[in-house]
Amino acid sequence: MSSDATTAKQSLFTPFNVVAGLIVVLGLIVTGLRFTKGLGTVTNLSDYNPWGIWIGFDLLVGVALAAGGYVTSAAVYIFGFKKYHSAVRPAILTGFLGYALVVLALHYDVGQPWRLPYPFIVQPGTTSLLFEVAACVALYLTVLFLEFSPAALEWLGLQRLRKYIVRLTMVLTIFGVILSTLHQSSLGALFLIAPSKLHPLWYSSYIPIYFFITSIIAGLSMVIFEGTLSHRYFADKMDETHLQEKDDIVLGFGKAASLVLAGYLIIKIIGISADNNWHYLSTGYGVWFLVELIGFVALPSFLYAVGTRDKNLLLIKWTAVWTVLGVILNRLNVCLIAFNWQLPSSERYVPHWMEIVISVFIVTLGLIIFRFIVTRMPIFYEHPDYEGEH
Amino acid sequence: MSISRRKFLGWIGAAGFGMTVGKTARAASNKHFSGYPDSMGVLYDNVLCIGCRKCEASCQKVNDLPMPPKPFEDLTVMDQNRRTDADTFLVMNKYEQVGNGRGPVFSRMGCNHCLEPACASSCFVAAYSKTKTGAVTYDASVCVGCRYCMIACPFNIPAYEYDEAFTPRIRKCTFCYPRISKGLLPGCVEICPTEALTYGKRSDLLKVARQRIQQAPDRYVDHIYGENEMGGTNWLYLSGVPFKDIGMREDLGVTPAPALTSGALGAVPIVVGLWPVLLTGIYAMSKRKEKISQQETQQAVTEALEKAQSEADSKLEQAMAKAQKEKETAIDKAVKKALEEAAKPKSEEEA
Ligand code: SF4
Ligand code: SF4
Ligand code: SF4
Repeated sequence: MSSDATTAKQSLFTPFNVVAGLIVVLGLIVTGLRFTKGLGTVTNLSDYNPWGIWIGFDLLVGVALAAGGYVTSAAVYIFGFKKYHSAVRPAILTGFLGYALVVLALHYDVGQPWRLPYPFIVQPGTTSLLFEVAACVALYLTVLFLEFSPAALEWLGLQRLRKYIVRLTMVLTIFGVILSTLHQSSLGALFLIAPSKLHPLWYSSYIPIYFFITSIIAGLSMVIFEGTLSHRYFADKMDETHLQEKDDIVLGFGKAASLVLAGYLIIKIIGISADNNWHYLSTGYGVWFLVELIGFVALPSFLYAVGTRDKNLLLIKWTAVWTVLGVILNRLNVCLIAFNWQLPSSERYVPHWMEIVISVFIVTLGLIIFRFIVTRMPIFYEHPDYEGEH
Repeated sequence: MSISRRKFLGWIGAAGFGMTVGKTARAASNKHFSGYPDSMGVLYDNVLCIGCRKCEASCQKVNDLPMPPKPFEDLTVMDQNRRTDADTFLVMNKYEQVGNGRGPVFSRMGCNHCLEPACASSCFVAAYSKTKTGAVTYDASVCVGCRYCMIACPFNIPAYEYDEAFTPRIRKCTFCYPRISKGLLPGCVEICPTEALTYGKRSDLLKVARQRIQQAPDRYVDHIYGENEMGGTNWLYLSGVPFKDIGMREDLGVTPAPALTSGALGAVPIVVGLWPVLLTGIYAMSKRKEKISQQETQQAVTEALEKAQSEADSKLEQAMAKAQKEKETAIDKAVKKALEEAAKPKSEEEA
């Protein structure tokens, strides 16, 4: 503990800490406003635009980008790609943190957060897709917590408990994949009920499938992206295996992402044909749609392919960043930009700066907790007592 | 708590009009639901409407809503297009007509009390109920405030109390549920001086509307808005000008909201049922592959070892043979040498 204190003293005024500290202070102030003055004070939400960036970004993007957890654990434990094993723990950790923060963000967004358990304990609205989303997210957060817990238990030295949980790995993984399939797709299915509000190019009866597949793309790309960042900042924490497998993971995940992106492109085109929406492509929204489809789906698919063929790690890493941006763009398009497209521009939603503060605040919290955990718990390395056990 | 409140209202209804409260709208079932047979409705006819805003005032009063800054007599308010909000359940909008020689035409914006309401089907705490009266009611005591119902409603009706910090509610027209349950007319209908609003059984109102169109085909658009829109609504509309010109969307289609999501909901059991089987199968396959490759490795190792062993054996043999030979030669040599040596002295001696 005393050594912790000294390191804390040394690194108290690093740029990261200063910026993060400012954001946290600002975030806390806005939090105070939100919960004492109501949503109207801190958001630009309106009766026409009931959902803003706290749903579009924090919920939809958050859940999509946290998909690395189920994608990686499925690849390693179910599909048997053992050589990617060292990617599992970081991915599970980010998944767990991601979902925890999504749930935190929801407390800001809903009008009466203390009633969030009501659908389960008071009166379930089972006809609602939101019910499915809520149930799956709650369950999956628990699954991720259990999947992550061995690392914490190793750190705490609770061997017995750890042993029991590790035995559950397979069950948890399968359960996690089921829950993820359900809620990743249901997040898209939320919009099925509003064909008159979402632009026809984005509205499709396939939208649940689109959301599910893009979550795989997001998951794969996030693993590459986070891996790169982590290597940059936490290389000293990584063990031999992690460092050795690192490039393999980038190549393997990049190749997979390229294929999934290509498949996604095809079903997107099938979707347009099925609804015969070609004529919309010549409108402003059509151009925007093509930007998304060509710039953020076709292009990264191609770049990933080139990157894996030439073993160009740098290209793959940048493509991962680009792809992640593409998924963010997609979610914002569906939820905010192409939603309510028929309203006059005076009625359209633009986020309030305090909404942005909260979103940034929540991401920052995630980074702080991530850093706290990886500098203490066996995430990037195997705990010496349990080496080679998995 | 909520249930008892509902029951209470239900008893009042039963005592008054012989109507009981319908169950929560189970809208997403696969059964086709075309509305409760004797449900009530209101027909709004904008050919008869003079835009006096009396209905707005009455709505405000019967629902105990705060009075707006400008009085209802002030008709200039209608120069601006308005919508329902947390303090307004009913809005009358004015649409100036250009080029057809008519005066302004009015339109009502308020809850249409859909036969299969999107709001009810979207709410994850089932806060909405489609009652047998036709009214779609909302129970604030369970509402979480996710506002998904606002996303779902195709008519943009539900509004939210964004400025309420602790107990914000959804607000919308109740079809004056407390009043009609007691046998009273809805506030807006009661006060209308021109009978532009008619309250009655939905099935009867459809007949009335058809009759009006038939009797004056040149004054009405040949369409009853709400007969089929989004699967049909309990409130019905007649208009003298195309509906799209008075802010009402004509592209909503006739599919009721629950039918839009039933496919996705139906996929849940499939995923839950199939995924574990599939995934376990894949797991077993990858395990087997791993096992086979392990076996192969094992075999290769054994073979290699065997080979090495046999090689080693043969080498040993060779070595032994060589050693033997060397030994033999060495002996030979030694013998030869010994013999030679033995012969030497002889010759020396001889010499
Ligand atoms: S108009 Fe909107 S709020 Fe009213 S019943 Fe229909 S879906 Fe619900
Ligand atoms: S805001 Fe309230 S009534 Fe509307 S869907 Fe959410 S919980 Fe239901
Ligand atoms: S039925 Fe009642 S609540 Fe609805 S608009 Fe008329 S007066 Fe208002």
